[in-house]
This record gives sequence, C-alpha cells and structure tokens, in this order.
Amino acid sequence: MMAEDKRVDEPTGTEFVGHEWDGIEELDTPLPRWWSIIFWATVVWGLAYTVFYPAWPLINSATEGVFGWSSRAALAEDLAEVEAERAPLREAIANIDINELPQNEQLMQTAINGGRSAYVVHCVQCHGSGAAGSEGYPNLNDDDWLWDGTMEGIEYTLIHGIRNPDHLETRISQMPAFGADGILTDRQISDVVSYVRTLSGAEEASAASARGSELYTANCAVCHGPNGGGDQSQGAPNLRDAIWLYGEDRASITDTVANSRYGVMPRWGHRLDPVTIRMLTAYVWNLGGGETPAPEPEGEELAEAESDEPG
Amino acid sequence: MNRVEPIPPDGPPKLYEARKAVHNKRIDGPFRRFKWLVMAVTLGIYYGTPWIRWDRGPYAPDQAVLVDLANRRFYMFGIEIWPHEFYYVAGLLIMAGIGLFVITSAVGRAWCGYTCPQTVWTDLFQHVDRFVDGDRNARMRLDAAPWTWGKLSRRAFKWTIYLVIGFWTGGAWIMYFADAPTLVRDFWAGEAAPAAYIAVAILTFTTVALGGFMREQVCIYMCPWPRIQAAMMDENSLTVTYKDWRGEPRGSVKKAEKNPGAFGDCIDCMQCVQVCPTGIDIREGPQIGCITCALCIDACDRVMDQVGRPRGLIDYVTLEGAEKEQRGEEVPGAVRSIFRPRTMIYFALWAGIGLAMLFAVGTRDRLTINAIQERNPTFVQLSDGDIRNSFDVRIRNMENRPREMTLTLDGLDGGVMWAGSGNRDQALRSFAITVPADQLLSTRIFVAAPRDGAAAEDFSFVVATGEGEDAEQAIEAARFARPGGE
Ligand code: SF4
Ligand code: SF4
Repeated sequence: MMAEDKRVDEPTGTEFVGHEWDGIEELDTPLPRWWSIIFWATVVWGLAYTVFYPAWPLINSATEGVFGWSSRAALAEDLAEVEAERAPLREAIANIDINELPQNEQLMQTAINGGRSAYVVHCVQCHGSGAAGSEGYPNLNDDDWLWDGTMEGIEYTLIHGIRNPDHLETRISQMPAFGADGILTDRQISDVVSYVRTLSGAEEASAASARGSELYTANCAVCHGPNGGGDQSQGAPNLRDAIWLYGEDRASITDTVANSRYGVMPRWGHRLDPVTIRMLTAYVWNLGGGETPAPEPEGEELAEAESDEPG
Repeated sequence: MNRVEPIPPDGPPKLYEARKAVHNKRIDGPFRRFKWLVMAVTLGIYYGTPWIRWDRGPYAPDQAVLVDLANRRFYMFGIEIWPHEFYYVAGLLIMAGIGLFVITSAVGRAWCGYTCPQTVWTDLFQHVDRFVDGDRNARMRLDAAPWTWGKLSRRAFKWTIYLVIGFWTGGAWIMYFADAPTLVRDFWAGEAAPAAYIAVAILTFTTVALGGFMREQVCIYMCPWPRIQAAMMDENSLTVTYKDWRGEPRGSVKKAEKNPGAFGDCIDCMQCVQVCPTGIDIREGPQIGCITCALCIDACDRVMDQVGRPRGLIDYVTLEGAEKEQRGEEVPGAVRSIFRPRTMIYFALWAGIGLAMLFAVGTRDRLTINAIQERNPTFVQLSDGDIRNSFDVRIRNMENRPREMTLTLDGLDGGVMWAGSGNRDQALRSFAITVPADQLLSTRIFVAAPRDGAAAEDFSFVVATGEGEDAEQAIEAARFARPGGE
C-alpha cells in the first residue's frame, strides 16, 4: 500500500498523504516556514522557562529554577513595598494627639480607610457589617454612647475592652440583679419598670410609676442619675433616650432589672498594633455618632473634594 | 483526482505573487499640485494642532486640542467633554463615517486619492525616494544593482530619513495627550511617561512600515475601505476612467500616421502606468488598486497636448457620463453628479447630526448631582427619637471655575441635613458649598427627620448656583427610609 501511494499531485508537485474522502485527497503540504519557526521558538522558550523558573514537580517540592523566583517571595516583596510606602502615614497616625486626628483631613481619611478594613476582620462578628449592631451589641452609627464617644474614649475602649476579667484597666461596672439577688420583689420591679419607661416617654405616668419613682431614687439613681440621664464614667445607660440596647418593651426591661446584664467586649490592645486600633477608632468615630470633647473649632471643612475617581 | 494540466516547465505555479516595487515617475499638473496642497494642509493640521493655544482660564489647560487621559477630559477648542459625555465623540465618529459616504457618493474615492493618511504618508515617502535616489529610471537601476558600499550608504541615508519622518509622526501623536511644550521638554530630558516613549516607538515603526515599505499593498490587501467604497459607488459617482472607446486600439504616433483611422487616441506611451503611485494600469478598467489620485490624468493630458489630441483620454467620469459620451450624447457636468439627491440626503444627514450635536453641546448641563443612599444600615435610630439616613452625594462642577453652590433639601418635613464631617448641631435645611473648578465633589450627607412618617418618603436634593444668565440647578430624587419599611 505504501509504495503505490507515493503519488504526486501534478499541479502542485506535492505528495499525497494517502487519505481519501469521497474523491477528495489530502496533500502532504509542508507547514509554512514561519509557522514552524514560531513552533520551535515556543518549544525552546518552554524548555528554557523550566530551567529558569520553578517547574518540574519532585516528590515533596519542585525544581526551583535558576532565577530562584517564587510567588511567595514576590508577594512578600510587594507587601514590604506597600508597607514602606505607608510607613510615614502610619507613623504620623501613631504620633498625633488622638483628639486632633479628625482635624487632619488626610490622616483621618487614611485612618478611616484602614479602620474599615480592620473592622470587617475583627468587629463585624458582633457589631455587624454596617456597624448597626443588634440586641446586646451596640449600634456604632448612633449618637448614644454607653462609655465614651470621643476619639480618646473609643480608643480606650478598644485597647482595654469592656468587663475583661483578666485586665485591670478594662472598663467595668456591674448592675445588681435586683430580682435574682432578692433586693426587690417582682411587684416592685414591675413598678420600677413602669417608672423607667415614663422617662423615655414609652409609657404614661401611672400609680405604678409613681411607686416606682421612689424605688428608683433609692436603688437606681446612684448610677443612672436622678433624672435617668445615665453616667458614661461607669457605663450606666441613659434611660431617657430612644435607644435601648436590649429592647424597650416591658419584658426586656424587666429582664434587665431582675437579672442584670453583663455585656463583654474583648480588649484589642494586646492583639492589634496601636496604629490599627487608632484606625478602628477613626472609623467608628466617623460612622456618624462621634463625640467631640471640647467646643467645636470654627470653620470646619464641610466636605472633601475628590477627582472623578469612584470610591 | 489527477488534474489534466501538465506541470509547467518552470515548476508548479506560485500561490502568492511577489510584490513588484512601484517606482512612480515625477509628474506635474493640476491634480499633482492639488495633492501637494492637500498634503501641506493635512500634515500641517496633524503636526500643528497640538501647538495651538486656547485660553480657558487658570483652572484648565490652555491647549486647544487635548485628550487628557490622566484627568479624563477631552478638550477641543471651546468644548470640554467629560467621560460620561463620550457619546459626543461617538457622534463625531458617526459624522466621520457619514462624511465618507458623502464624499464617496459624490466624488468616488477622493478620500483615498488625496486625504487618507496612508496616501499622504506614502506620497511623502515616495518624494523622499525621489529626493535621495532620483526619478523612476535611476531608482529602478539602483534597485537592480548589486549591494555595493555606495548603494548601502544611499539606502542607509534614505532609511534614516524614513526613521526621522516616522519619529516625527509618533512624536506629534503624543502631543495630543499632554501639554505639548512641557511634553517636548520632558521627552528629551527622559522624564516623560514610559507610555509616551512606547507610543512614539510603535508609531515610528508603523509609519515606516506602512508608509515606507508596504505602501500600496495596504490599499490593495489590508484596507477594508476600497471594498466598502466599491459597494457605495453608483453610476453617478465620479471616478478616474480611461476612455477605451476613444483610446483603443492603441498605436504609436508613427503607426497612426501610416495608417490613419485604424488607431485610437492612446499612443501606448505608458506614461499613465509610470506615474501611478500604486503601479497599476488604469487602461485595464476601474480596479481596486486605483485610489483615484488622478496623477494619470495629469500624465495623459500632457501626452495628449504633445501629440496634439484633445485632453481627457483619461478623466474623471461617471459611469452614466461614460455611456452618454459613447452614445455621443451630451455629458452632464461634474456639478450635476455632485449635487444630486443621494449626496444631498447624505449631506443633510451629516449636517443634521452636526447641528444636533452643536445644539446639545450648547445647552448641556454643566452641573449635576447624584445621591446614593447608604444601605447598610439604611437608617439609624438617634437618641432623641429621630431617624437618620446617610447619602453619598456627588456634585459635578463641569465649568472651569470654582462655583459657590447651595445644597437644599426639598420635601421631607422636619428634615435637616449636615455634612458627614460636621456635626448635628450644624444641621440645616440648606447650606453653602464650594465645588472646585472642573471637579467632582463627593461628600457624605446625613439627613435626620422625625420618626413619624412613611417608611419610605420621597424628597430631593437640589443644588443651585449663580444668578441670572449664570444660574444653573440640578435636582436628585432620593428616598428617606424609616424603620418598618423593609
Ligand atoms: S490609476 Fe491613476 S488615478 Fe488610479 S491610482 Fe494610478 S495614477 Fe492614481
Ligand atoms: S498616458 Fe495616455 S496615451 Fe499614454 S499610455 Fe496612458 S492612456 Fe495611453
């Protein structure tokens, strides 16, 4: 079969391959030269690549390549570069008086951006992705602060946490469990709840609330203040406002008075570096509720101009 | 299977035809002079435009035509285009397309013959050839000559000129993308952006390759336009035509003298072929290689003058005109073939788009506002019982001067707002804001309103500026969310 198939197509002078389909025959036309050159060039390139770069798999690793390149080292290099670029800003954030930070537009913006990244790693689990909190976990967007809503105060809370048993400087206070500890009877608790709810306008004054008023003065005013305005120095909530961490209905407040609450926030001082904590502080402060310690400085910038850059 | 054709003695036929270099002869005449003029004008526009200055005040560049990629602005004399207005550029491209329709239906491939960059640069390079190596015959001799030092140095000299032209072409191109005087200084100081050097390198290469070496092959093999044009021409489109009914059969003057009446007007002198920049023979009829540069008309008219026969053996003729002439009827003038319904409709379309765009540019907004509501969380309960929403408000000042504006809440009874970096004590229903020249100002606006009300209440942000003639206002609808809505 071989021999007789060595026929030549006369018009083109090309040999036949020997395949035929319905009278159409395949010619053994050589590959175009440019094509072969590119093909062999890619082969050479491919082989050279395996010599210079990591390529051949071994049992536990792979050949390292003459250049010694690795994606991990490249990443580390990139990261170091970024770090070095950011170092001056980080240093400035570390050294500035924390209460002054909001006035420094560029540093503040850097801090907020960094804080947003740290927030979604460390804080979302309790406070939620939009920092809106949930029952028992404060909403960080609002203007109500149990402890302290200034830059300094927020930073302190972040560093030392709230009610961390193993830490001396932690923010701590404890409300008595008036029911569980037998300080007040169920009836008295009900009266106190009625009174407390009149403070925020959730309930009309009644005989019960009048009785509760006296009980309040005797038992609660020490921490929550004579008018129910609360006390940030000991984390005693303001009872006159519209914000209720555990709910404003009778059942929730009754539960609080009878059994107390003991919300804990971890401290971050030993886990995050001081600059990251300051960035988190800036982010949380900037959510809309941040407090300013001294009177407002005049002529504050209303907004920042940006280029057409989205985001 | 086996073909009947025998193998030709010089081996199997070649599937590709090797290029025959075109050495077009110098020619002078009205069309050649017109081509010189067009070349001067088009190259002048190309090289000169970036250097035209245009005062836009202190907040914008003073270059008349500038594609500012870094700041995403396109300046063209008195018009400034922002990225979101890019449809104006699309409109210009559509006009350019229809413009080619107008030209083609009226005067055939005039674009190819005179103004196409490929034609202009090829022409330029062919003049360089003539300048360095002499006219047609000298060039053909040199081409065939062996590679001596003399030939090599001539070639080196010529290619250096090619490279300089290519470099200037690329160099002029990048001037459109940055302030030209600054860029020139930076470029030679080695401080320009790498993209500038890369662009110049690429354009040098393409200019030399396309204009210096590939030349007519681009028109014949690469360019889609000849194919499209062929479909767009009709019996009333002017095209360069050899009047075969007058010229054939060809015969030299001597033969014609011996045998009067037996020959046509063409004396077969080949002048038309020798001057052709694409190296074709127009006497074979209209063909894709003919870019209708009319140089063969110049050449043949000269010949006809010399032998004392009427001009116009090769001429701009329409198909219809050609038929009429053959029948001995009167041929309508060129003006008739230009001003006819088809070209007029194209022109009206072209002009209509142009006018519509001018009108749109003249009346377009130079102030816009956008408000995007923060969705996580959509609302926040404040301690005094009010509800707060947060909006990302973006105000675009598209004028080349900073403007004082007033941002106002429209609707939302009892609502107040304050800027995100401010404080609720500063809350108002309206406040002043300065937007820098030619910039987008992005700011977070908090809006607070009493808790009682619809779960979703419509209101709007209104931004206004200026007085009288200068007044401008933009409105953005927004929605205030309260608890119980979702
Ligand atoms: S045939 Fe005549 S008109 Fe056509 S390209 Fe050649 S010289 Fe120009
Ligand atoms: S230039 Fe005129 S006369 Fe000479 S060959 Fe061409 S068509 Fe014939």
